[in-house]
Amino acid sequence: MATSLTSEVPQKLTKRSVWDGGESPLKASYGKLMMWFFLLSDAFTFSGLLVSYGVVRYYHPHYEGPLSDFTFSTDYWPVPDKVFSHIPFFHGVEAPLVFVGLMTFILIMSSVTMVLAVEAGQRLDQKNVQKWLLWTIIGGLTFLGCQAWEWTNFIIGPDPETLGYASLSKNPYGPPLFAAFFFFITGFHGFHVFSGVVLNTIAFYNTAVGKYQRKGSYEMVEKTGLYWHFVDLVWVFVFTLFYLI
Amino acid sequence: MEGKSHVATIKRTGWILFVVTALEFVVAFSMPHDWATLRASLFLGMTVIKAYYIVSVFMHLKYEVKALIWSILVPVIFIVWLLIALFVESGTMGWL
Repeated sequence: MATSLTSEVPQKLTKRSVWDGGESPLKASYGKLMMWFFLLSDAFTFSGLLVSYGVVRYYHPHYEGPLSDFTFSTDYWPVPDKVFSHIPFFHGVEAPLVFVGLMTFILIMSSVTMVLAVEAGQRLDQKNVQKWLLWTIIGGLTFLGCQAWEWTNFIIGPDPETLGYASLSKNPYGPPLFAAFFFFITGFHGFHVFSGVVLNTIAFYNTAVGKYQRKGSYEMVEKTGLYWHFVDLVWVFVFTLFYLI
Repeated sequence: MEGKSHVATIKRTGWILFVVTALEFVVAFSMPHDWATLRASLFLGMTVIKAYYIVSVFMHLKYEVKALIWSILVPVIFIVWLLIALFVESGTMGWL
């Protein structure tokens, strides 16, 4: 029907732009485009959290003096190296930022395995999609486990009996908003990781039962892949803005 | 995709991300905390490099059509600008 219509259109109107409809100018499927725009809106949400963190952090006075004399106080914003200085199984050993560094490596690694799953999907290689998706899920779960340990350690704090536990309203490290932002930002990111693990598990199940193979397309793996890389991307920013600066 | 060469690109990108993260640690431990502005700009610069590789290669944006690249990139550039602007401006708010 479309061809019979165009044949009746006057010569002048046949010079159509790609944006006139009936084409996909972005050359991407509907699902992938919507994932991109969802991720863009999600980036707005995360930047809202990070921007407010930056405003509040630099509004507070910062610690002056040698780092070795640093003590926790509500008078100034704490130095992150001094707050996040613990690693599992080595109680009392000072290892600033080593654990979050490890978490960063785990998440980057799982991003690499995810993109390998997408690549295998494009070759319709069911076995490899399955393998790499499983590694991605394991990476995500490991990251979540690390975060659970990190939160526990943060909540208990240096001396719970005299200083109390960290919560949204107070904490033993510095101004109350420090812990509030810690819980909100890493919590919101952690929830994204959790959702990503759930999506990847569904994609893994569907791959394992051969659903995508029968369909002849692993586009769902590409879509969950986009989401997973975004989660990794957000962590890159959280890591820099919350732990390093 | 182009099979083998594509896998090689993925692996190379993975290594770049590892090395840049390791560099961030070197800066975090070797540069004095008093050089706050230089530290912050170095960290932000390295973060943008990592973001570029994740989005362009892992999320495949580099290979999409120009219209899609720009419709994602333009809002993100504004976000990063807002992030930097407000981090800097809030430092002077205490003086008001």
